[in-house]
Amino acid sequence: MKEYLQKYVTLRKHNFRVAVKKAKRSKMCYAFLAPYAILFTLFYILPVCSSIFFSFTYYNILESPRFIGIQNYINLILADDIFLTGVKNTFMIAVITGPLGYIMSFLFAWLINELPRWIRTIAVVVFYAPSIAGNVFVIFSILFRGDAYGQVNALLIDMGLIDAPVLWLTNPAYMLPICMVVILWMSLGMGFLSFVAGLQGVDRSQYEAGCIDGVKNRWQELWFITLPNMKPMLMFGAVMAITQSFGVCDVTMALCGYPSTDYAARTVVTHLFDYGFSRFEMGYASAIATMLFLVMILCNKAIQSLLRRVGT
Amino acid sequence: MSKKRKETKIEKQPRHVVLKRRQPNRSRVGDFFVYLFLLLMAVAMVFPLVYAIESALKPLDELFKFPPTVFAQNPTLDNFSDLFVTMGKSWVTFSRYIFNTVFITAVGTFGHLIVASMGAFVLAKYEFPGGQAFFKVVTVAMMFSGYVTSIPNYLIINSLGWIDTYWAIIIPAFALPTGLFLMKQFMEGLPTSLIEAAKIDGANEWRVFSGIVMPNVKPAWLTLIIFSVQGLWNNRAATFIYSEEKKTLVYALQQIQSGGIARTGQSAAVQVIVMAVPICIFILSESQILETMASSGLKD
Repeated sequence: MKEYLQKYVTLRKHNFRVAVKKAKRSKMCYAFLAPYAILFTLFYILPVCSSIFFSFTYYNILESPRFIGIQNYINLILADDIFLTGVKNTFMIAVITGPLGYIMSFLFAWLINELPRWIRTIAVVVFYAPSIAGNVFVIFSILFRGDAYGQVNALLIDMGLIDAPVLWLTNPAYMLPICMVVILWMSLGMGFLSFVAGLQGVDRSQYEAGCIDGVKNRWQELWFITLPNMKPMLMFGAVMAITQSFGVCDVTMALCGYPSTDYAARTVVTHLFDYGFSRFEMGYASAIATMLFLVMILCNKAIQSLLRRVGT
Repeated sequence: MSKKRKETKIEKQPRHVVLKRRQPNRSRVGDFFVYLFLLLMAVAMVFPLVYAIESALKPLDELFKFPPTVFAQNPTLDNFSDLFVTMGKSWVTFSRYIFNTVFITAVGTFGHLIVASMGAFVLAKYEFPGGQAFFKVVTVAMMFSGYVTSIPNYLIINSLGWIDTYWAIIIPAFALPTGLFLMKQFMEGLPTSLIEAAKIDGANEWRVFSGIVMPNVKPAWLTLIIFSVQGLWNNRAATFIYSEEKKTLVYALQQIQSGGIARTGQSAAVQVIVMAVPICIFILSESQILETMASSGLKD
């Protein structure tokens, strides 16, 4: 046992020395990476670590942080009803818009792939424009305006479906569905571009080979040839979709107000903003951020292991 | 007579080509429904954007007509000029908001491009201890959105003394993980022999980077630029910047909106300005961006 341990230690030492030597020889590499690495550490790694640290403290910026164990987490789950509303809303939005937006991205990319080149170019712009146009989703607040001048209300009154205008964005019953529609409208983002580009890269001869080997229709072709070829892009798209669907806050804040009626459109991120930047309870807000961080990472890992099995 | 014959010949040829290029495993009925579905979806996707543009062109009486119309009957540019006139009287002029946004976007994008490409270059083309591990951490960072780190970020920027300056928005944008990721994936496609040849000719690493690698990854530049512009152009910056004269266009948009229902036309005009820039950049660089995204796959 002792001998074994000694061998292990010498081996480790040797490896370490080799690594140091290599590192010394590649000083230039570190010099090139340094600017990015420093900024990345400062604005990504350090914040995550300090967020985990602050989540165990009571911290309000004025006083120095006071360690209170897991009290923040206990309060969040047991005493904060609004947080639970936020979790429920975020979960609903993520579960519905995440997968749906992901499938839509792939479906559209796949369908426009066979169009002639110039139509495809236009189609990509048309489908991608809503997500790149940024804050233009605010236009939905005019479309869904609560008085009779709103386009949707006017249309429904005209058709005789309703007698009086509906308060779309202040009635809790309609808020979430409308937000979901808007989020879906904007969901053809970076993942969609990745799919479009990936589909162009699939080798044509594989389709011909598949045809000879007995692939009968476009759906079989999709499952047996296209999807396995697209696996890396599917992973990338999934990462983008998950990150986006859990971080929803812009749309709900802009359309339904902040805070919204009855907190019906509160999400985890708006709750985080409320405690972090309105009440300055940084410890409590950090606990929310840490939980969100863990959920995002776990969800990503789970989806990735699921996607690895595609087409097998 | 002979002229006519020629014409028919030309007409026939493309049809032949189309038939030959038709892919296997496609039925005509299926194609028809696919195209119909795509057309309907495209109309649905474009409608809100068109509606925004039309609202910006409507004069005030048309904005409050019953029943409301989608298209403007007497389109005017009054809403746009009103932006400069009414906002011109206020303490901070509208052009100042535009300048702030343009400055933040331009500097942030330029810095991001340089810093991320330098990092991506060594990660893609050299092997050194810690390189792979660092890249793995960067891909993990893509998995959570920036909101998670917003509070510690605020504290860090505060301790650096950057609150209420442009740097609070510009510098963190340099370190965007997706930019490094896309650049690295694209640079891996460059032939290593290109770099080796340059080295044999006596070029040092900086020369290789600036003279050989960067000109060869122009498509990736445009991709980084579009994603960075998209993020910075739409940045509200409300948490970091307090002075009115340093606030951004999107913030101005929100203020105009909160000005109430009478400002509907003007807020639509700002929306058109806000969306026009990223969409135009995208249209101009679409083919290069798609070329980069082809290497965007996430391998295990």
